Parts: sequence; C-alpha cells; structure tokens
Amino acid sequence: MTDPILRVEGMNKSFGAVHVLHDVDFAVYAGEVTALVGDNGAGKSTLVKCIAGINSIDSGQIYWQGEPITIASPSVASSLGLEFVYQDLALADNLDITQNMFLGREIRQGPFLQDAEMETRARETLRSLAVRTINSVRQPVASLSGGQRQTVAIARAVLWNGKVVFLDEPTAALGVAQTRQVLNLVRRLADNGIGVVLISHNMNDVMEVADRIDALYLGRLAAEVLKKETTTSQVVELITSGRSGSIGLAAATAAQSA
Amino acid sequence: MTSDTTADVAHEENDDPRASFRVDTLPRGLRSALEDYVVRVRRGDPGGLPAVLGLLVIGVLFSATTPLFLTAANIGNLMSQASFIALIALGLVFVLILGDIDLSAGATGGVAAGFAAQALRSGDLHHAVGSGVYTALILGMALAAALAIWKRLYVAGALILAGIVLLVTGADETHVWLAFALAGSIGVAIGVFNGVLVTSLGIPSFIVTLALFLTWEGVTLDAVNSQSIGTSNYKPWFSMTHDNMSAAQGWIFLAVVVGGYAVSTVLRQQRRARQGVSFDRPALTALRVGVLAVAGVLVVWWFNQNRNPNPGPAIKGVPWAASVPVAFMVVFTIVLARTSWGRHLYAIGGSREAATRAGIAVDRVRIGAFVLCSTMAAVGGLFLADFSGGAQPALGQGNTLLYSVAAAVIGGTSLFGGRGRPRDAILGAVVIAMIPNGIQLHPGLPISVVQEITGLVLLVAASVDAISRRRSRNA
Repeated sequence: MTDPILRVEGMNKSFGAVHVLHDVDFAVYAGEVTALVGDNGAGKSTLVKCIAGINSIDSGQIYWQGEPITIASPSVASSLGLEFVYQDLALADNLDITQNMFLGREIRQGPFLQDAEMETRARETLRSLAVRTINSVRQPVASLSGGQRQTVAIARAVLWNGKVVFLDEPTAALGVAQTRQVLNLVRRLADNGIGVVLISHNMNDVMEVADRIDALYLGRLAAEVLKKETTTSQVVELITSGRSGSIGLAAATAAQSA
Repeated sequence: MTSDTTADVAHEENDDPRASFRVDTLPRGLRSALEDYVVRVRRGDPGGLPAVLGLLVIGVLFSATTPLFLTAANIGNLMSQASFIALIALGLVFVLILGDIDLSAGATGGVAAGFAAQALRSGDLHHAVGSGVYTALILGMALAAALAIWKRLYVAGALILAGIVLLVTGADETHVWLAFALAGSIGVAIGVFNGVLVTSLGIPSFIVTLALFLTWEGVTLDAVNSQSIGTSNYKPWFSMTHDNMSAAQGWIFLAVVVGGYAVSTVLRQQRRARQGVSFDRPALTALRVGVLAVAGVLVVWWFNQNRNPNPGPAIKGVPWAASVPVAFMVVFTIVLARTSWGRHLYAIGGSREAATRAGIAVDRVRIGAFVLCSTMAAVGGLFLADFSGGAQPALGQGNTLLYSVAAAVIGGTSLFGGRGRPRDAILGAVVIAMIPNGIQLHPGLPISVVQEITGLVLLVAASVDAISRRRSRNA
C-alpha cells in the first residue's frame, strides 16, 4: 500500500474540561474512500474541523504527503488541496451551477468576468465525474434536486483541485435514487485519484463505497479496518462499544472512556 | 485520467445526450431564446414583463380617456416627473438585491441637495448654517471617511475626504459642479454610516435607515434654514429636469449606447462561440441590436421635434431627465452583470452563508452597496430639488422614498433579495410617475386617487414578487 496523502498522528483536542479527541491516528489514501464512522459525539466533526483549520489542536501532528505541516486556518487547508463539503452545502439558490462552482474564485480579465471560460471548465469538471443527472451548467441552483445540489457541491471541490475531499453526510437528506447517484459519484472521485473521506451514519452507504473504515468511539479511534475484511455487524459493534472480538480498544480503555 | 476512461465517457455521452451538456454547446436562435424566456417565466422570474404590462395598461387607459396624455409635451413632462424616482430607485436596487432596504434614501437626497443649494446661495456655508451645524457636518464626514478606510473602502474614503476639502476651502460655494460634488460626497458619507451600522453592529437595515430617515429630515431643515432655496439660477442644476439635449447630443448619446451594446454583444458572442459554449446566433444578436437601434432612433427623432404646443421658443431634444438615468442604468448593468463585485452582491442576496464560505468579503460588499445607494439618492435629490423649484425644507420627504422603492419592485426587483436589475428602476419609475401624471390630466378626479391607485399598483407588484419567489422555490 502506498503512503497516505494525509495523516494525523496522536491528535488531542479538549474544549475546556471535555477531552474530545484522545490520541487519534487517522489516514487518508489517494484513490480510496475512507469512511469516518462513529456515534453522535464520538468526535467526527471535531476531527474534521481540526483538519480544516477551523479548530486548533492541543497536541499531535498532521502530515501532508509525508511532510509535517500546521493548518492554522481554513485558507491553508484549501491551498493544500483539502476541500470540505458540509451538510448544508452552502449554495446560492439565485445563481446558476457555474456561478456557484466559481463563487469567490471567478475567472476575470481585468474587472470583467469570463463566463464562457468558467462554463467550459464547469462542464469539463462535471464530465470528468461522468455526471449524467445534470444537463446544463447554466441551470439555476434553485431548480435542482437534493442529489443534484450535492453533485454541484462535490464538483466544486473537485474543480478547485481538491486532492482530499471531505463529505459530511452527503446522502442524509436524499431519496433512494439520488443516494445512488451520489454514491456513484463518491466512488468516481476516488477512481479519479482523489482521497475521499466519507462521514456517515448510514452503514449501507459505508459498506458500499468505502475502502477502509475508521471507527471513532468516544473520542478514540477504535479501529481502522479494511472493508473487505469486515462485516456490517462488526462495524456497528465498533461504533457502539469500541471493540469487536479481537479488534478495537482494549476492554479497559473502552470502559475507562465510557 | 487515462485515455480509457475518456473513451468511456465519450461512449456514455452517445447513450445519454444529457451527459454531454449538449444544450450548453448549441448556438441559440430566436426560437430557443424565446423558449428559454418561457422557462424562466415559469420558474418564477418574470423579469420586466409585469412592468411592461403595467406600463401598457395604464398608458392605454389614460390615452383612451384624455387626448392630453399621449402628447409630446406631456411625455416630456413625464420624464422630469420620473427622473428622480428612477435615480433613487437605481441606487435602491443594490441594497434590495442584498435583501436589505434603505428607507433614508429620500431624506438623504434632501440633505445632500440642501447643503449644495445653501452653499451656492450663501457663498458662505459656515455663516449661513451656523458654526454648530457646519462643524457637525465636517466632523460627521471625517468620521465617515475614517470608517470607510477602516473597512477598506478606499474609494469611498477618498471621495468623502474630497468633500471635506471642498467644505474647508469653500470651493463648493463657487461653482455649481463643485456644489454637486459636495452633495455626492455627503451621499457617500451617509452610505458609509448606513452600511457600517448594518454590518458591524448587526442592526437590521430597516431600523438603521428608518432612524436616520428622521435624523436627515431634521438636518435638511438645518441645511436650508427652514426656507426654500431656489436653484433655477444655476444653469446645469436648472437643466436637470427643465432642459433638453441638443439634437446632435441626442444622436451622439444614442450612438454611444447602441454602438456600445452592439460591439460588446458581438464580441461576447464571438468569444463564446470560440470557447465552444452556447452562443447567440448572429441573426439573434442582429435582431436584438436592431430592435434597440430602431426604437432608439424613433425615440430620439420624436424628442427632437418641437413639443411646445404654444407659439414661442421651441422645446425639443431628449430631456436630460431621461438620458441621465439611462446612462446610470447602462453603467450599473455592466457592474452588476459583468463584474465579480456584481456577482458577489447577488450571491450575498441569495445566501449570505454561501458567500461567506466562498471567501467573499461580505461586509465590504454590503457597505459598498449602501454607499452606491446613498450616492444615487444624493443625485436623485439634486434632480428632485430642481423639479420642486428649489431645495425645500421638506425635500425628499413624503412619498419620495416610497415611490422609489415601489418603482424598483414594480420593475421586477425582489424585496426578498437575490434578484434585481437596474433597468427595473427605470421601467418602474415610468409606471409610478405615469399615475399622478395621467390623473392630473383628468380634472374631474380627486387628487386622493393618486395615492390610492399607486398603493394598489405597488401591492400588485409585491404580490407578483412573492408569488414568483414561491414558484422558484417549488420549481
């Protein structure tokens, strides 16, 4: 296996007296989907926010392509090629797909927008992801379904050259058919060489698209398992009790965390 | 990506035409342009349609009921009556796109025009308004300049500082154009206050501008010493709503507007064709430019005929009251549709959260919109003063603001933010000005009808706005 593109080692984070992350190790590999699972309050969001540069970390080290780095702010994260697609997507309904994908980073010549160039690049990006659910990049976002919006938000991350893309519950609000579209897209992102982190509660989604699964249990990494070597019930056990058979946290640690 | 996957994608495109984004590469003819328009209206973006319908209905109604309405002389008057509403509404479009409002715009015009008129008449503003008011004016502008620079709006800061220089040197008292510059600078300063109060303190714009509306009413009284100051002696000022372009000026203005539109449209469509994105066929572009050119030629030619019904000096030429708002409209249309500042303004109106996360300096853009609004309010105030026969103590109060907001909304600018165009202000202002204009030509009708009808028209426009918003959400 190649080296991870992004690696977190021994990360600790406390909010006041609450120790949210305990010595968490976490790695993302290019071309793979890494599922980050865990119950509510397990520390998934905090871990992501620490990597995004939104929260500072108390101790631990982040490595980017093997080099130790400090992510002091969200702009550092995006300059490295870390893109985050949050659950509420943050799209402007009154603008079209292209305008949303380029929002805040428009292509200009002098003060004037270069709409033709932006449309071409938006189209190329969606094409590279083999998106078949959208037929025009000039469609206003207000007219899109939930799945199409998720597609636009993910494509925006790809357009900005995201090398690692974090997806926060991308299928939470979607119906069956749209969930399928988005999961296909997640798989294609990885096939295009991007490191994908899928944060999800949905075991079906996780077992379908993930290559490896990292389970957090009360702020500790219970285990990192390969999907092909595990079962849904094992992952559920890791989420709910921090251990499953011979893998997971030592009984004492799990009990102490609880 | 490997060549295999590329081939794969190409193959899939053949199976499913949607995957190829084919509609994004096809040239558009008249037919597809019309189809696109119908789709837009269905999606809840009727554009200028309601305003044009309103214009036709009201226009036909008045034309049918009085022979005095559709005369050259009356249409000339209508332009003067609509000019200040259009100018103030042009500024309001910016804050309405944000989803905010500026209720102080009318009163801002009063303050700006009041000080300009007083400076010209007195030749010594300090003496005329008294030390207290004069000092407060300079300190207020200095504070506004400091706030503008703190918020990194350097152009606004420089314009306010220039206004302070005019005040201190007394240059504003010597020439009409310098007095106008002072008025504009006061507008910029008021816009900075509005914007900073709304963005930094987070007070709703409705409240900030309502409070300052009252304040500026008082300041206008201070500026003119509670007396009406005539402005008809100052030539360019008196020309605003009383004078016309020469025939040659009218043609040159038309040539610049239509020529500019033609050149920019052709270049844009050629560029789009080269880039391989959907472009308008030359025939469609030619049709657009042609319609605009023919309409423009007819209007200019018509205005260039003598419209004085009485013997005496001829009244002819395109009124400045029409060409100045149109010129502002053209510039603002380019700013909103073709610059990233304009794009960011719409994005903030659509979703402030999305704009913030996209790294847009939301506060700076919002303050800029308030500054443009108040500056246009000052320009509108100058026109209003001329139209009202001078800087009145109550200049810009009463219905001025409400008519301007109504104009923007009737034109198609949404009260909910995210949608609006400068041309809405012009269209809506003509509709709004037509109502009192036509009713005054019916001596039998009581004047109370003006407000009753205007209110109902605004209500209809707001309903269209609300319904189209619901449609676009459900689409």
